[in-house]
Amino acid sequence: MSLNIENIRGEFPILHQEVNGRPLIYFDNAATTQKPLAVIEALSHYYKTDNSNIHRGAHTLADRATRYYENTRSLLQSFLNTKEVEEIIFTKGTTEGINLIASTYGRKFINAGDEIIISAMEHHANIVPWQMLCEEKGALLKIIPISDMGELDIEAFDSMLSSKTKLVSIVHVSNTLGTINPVEEIIEKAHAIGAKVLLDGAQSTSHLEVDVQSLDCDFLVFSAHKLYGPTGLGVMYGKREILDSMPPYQGGGEMIKEVTFEKTTYNELPFKFEAGTPNIGDVIAFGKALEFINKNGKNAIKAHEDELLEYATVQLSKIKGFIPVGTAKNKISVISFNINGMHPFDVGMMLDANGIAVRTGHHCTQPLMQRFGIEGTVRASFSVYNTKSEIDSLVASVSKIAKIKNK
Amino acid sequence: MSIQEIQNEIIDEFQILGDDRESTIFYIMELGGKLPEMPEEDKSEENIIKGCQSKVWLTASESNNKINYLADSNTDITKGLISLLIRVLSGRSPEEIIKAELDFIEKIGMGNIIGSQRSNGLAAMIKQMKLYAIAYQAKLNA
Repeated sequence: MSLNIENIRGEFPILHQEVNGRPLIYFDNAATTQKPLAVIEALSHYYKTDNSNIHRGAHTLADRATRYYENTRSLLQSFLNTKEVEEIIFTKGTTEGINLIASTYGRKFINAGDEIIISAMEHHANIVPWQMLCEEKGALLKIIPISDMGELDIEAFDSMLSSKTKLVSIVHVSNTLGTINPVEEIIEKAHAIGAKVLLDGAQSTSHLEVDVQSLDCDFLVFSAHKLYGPTGLGVMYGKREILDSMPPYQGGGEMIKEVTFEKTTYNELPFKFEAGTPNIGDVIAFGKALEFINKNGKNAIKAHEDELLEYATVQLSKIKGFIPVGTAKNKISVISFNINGMHPFDVGMMLDANGIAVRTGHHCTQPLMQRFGIEGTVRASFSVYNTKSEIDSLVASVSKIAKIKNK
Repeated sequence: MSIQEIQNEIIDEFQILGDDRESTIFYIMELGGKLPEMPEEDKSEENIIKGCQSKVWLTASESNNKINYLADSNTDITKGLISLLIRVLSGRSPEEIIKAELDFIEKIGMGNIIGSQRSNGLAAMIKQMKLYAIAYQAKLNA
């Protein structure tokens, strides 16, 4: 069943405003999505009625806050189809999730001479923690190259795999190009030689069905704010046996079983990795974001976004001077492009003058920009509340801007 | 014309454009197009102004106690911004440049037009132009 986009738009208060005298057109969804009213109200409701520290309090408010907090974890269990609810760990975001894994799993299990494989389209968050680990351990970072279309070179990946490969940390969907990577194949091949696989799901979890058991990934990390949820909150999934084998990330409250000055024993999952008072209000509000996705259905959301992607790709491609960056066969609703003779910053600023919000620059993927020999791109990314008429406005503005240098 | 007179001229020009953000940006880009060419060899790492998100190269030379600036950028809007600064400051004595209060930037509402990132870049350009003036004045006084 197709979605009623007008009704959905009604749930997002932020969309109903003017920017620079024009109706706001928000096409920066790959950076962060807007929040439905249910999420905003849940956050305010929590602080008005339920605010309390969780898990240890003996009073009613603490009990309520704990139940609502843990309810989000349960929602995530079905959202990702994890085997156990304790495999869901709350973090600050995708970046912290990767750093957590590098600092705990990485420090314990990666040794000198071992190899970690990432790809040429990674976000800096999935490059730098591994560079730091490799430097510390004397391990080697290997990079899967990509084609001009922005697709992984799987043959090159095959040739990189060996008994030295300990971890493959790969982006599920590229934030810059929109490419959906063949992660099932990558996971199967990595497992065949005994390597573990971490999926960076920052861009995939909001658009695709991500079933961690059917994918069989060892880790999955993502951020709540790209799934209509609050900022400063993320999720790390890990298989129980792996999480159990890992040392804790940070020490403090919540994560301990018993502390004496001689020895501390650590708490069970998931608390072992959630030291200190967590981001309770945002976790509870995130539950409402997951309910928003479940209510509309990921398949219906994806179908709408695919329609927008196809429409925008066809219309923008007609513009003289339009240079698409990333033309993979399998993409989510992200269009990166340049205008011949123009800097992406300038294009972005002129679109903003028309009320259109896009992202410009290197999108935290500098090595990818180097691969394409460009400084940056303009990136328009679509979400469930965007419409074809908004794309018409984008196309009209881009046409006008492109004419400056492409007569 | 004095520095202040040129600034007033710029303020008048921007006033004609009114509140229309799009035409203002187009106008700034147009100004950038008129910036005198900078020799390719001057677009070097050492002439890049730090603190700008886009690339901006700036050089200064002195003759008859006047400083002449040349600049370029890889983005047209930034080129337009620096062309305004050159129009106000180039061909002046180090003393005039050091003392110059560039109130036209605030008066034309540049901060709102270009946003905070580019405003920081613009401040970095002004700082570098003044640093050149201080250096030349020190040299002239030596």
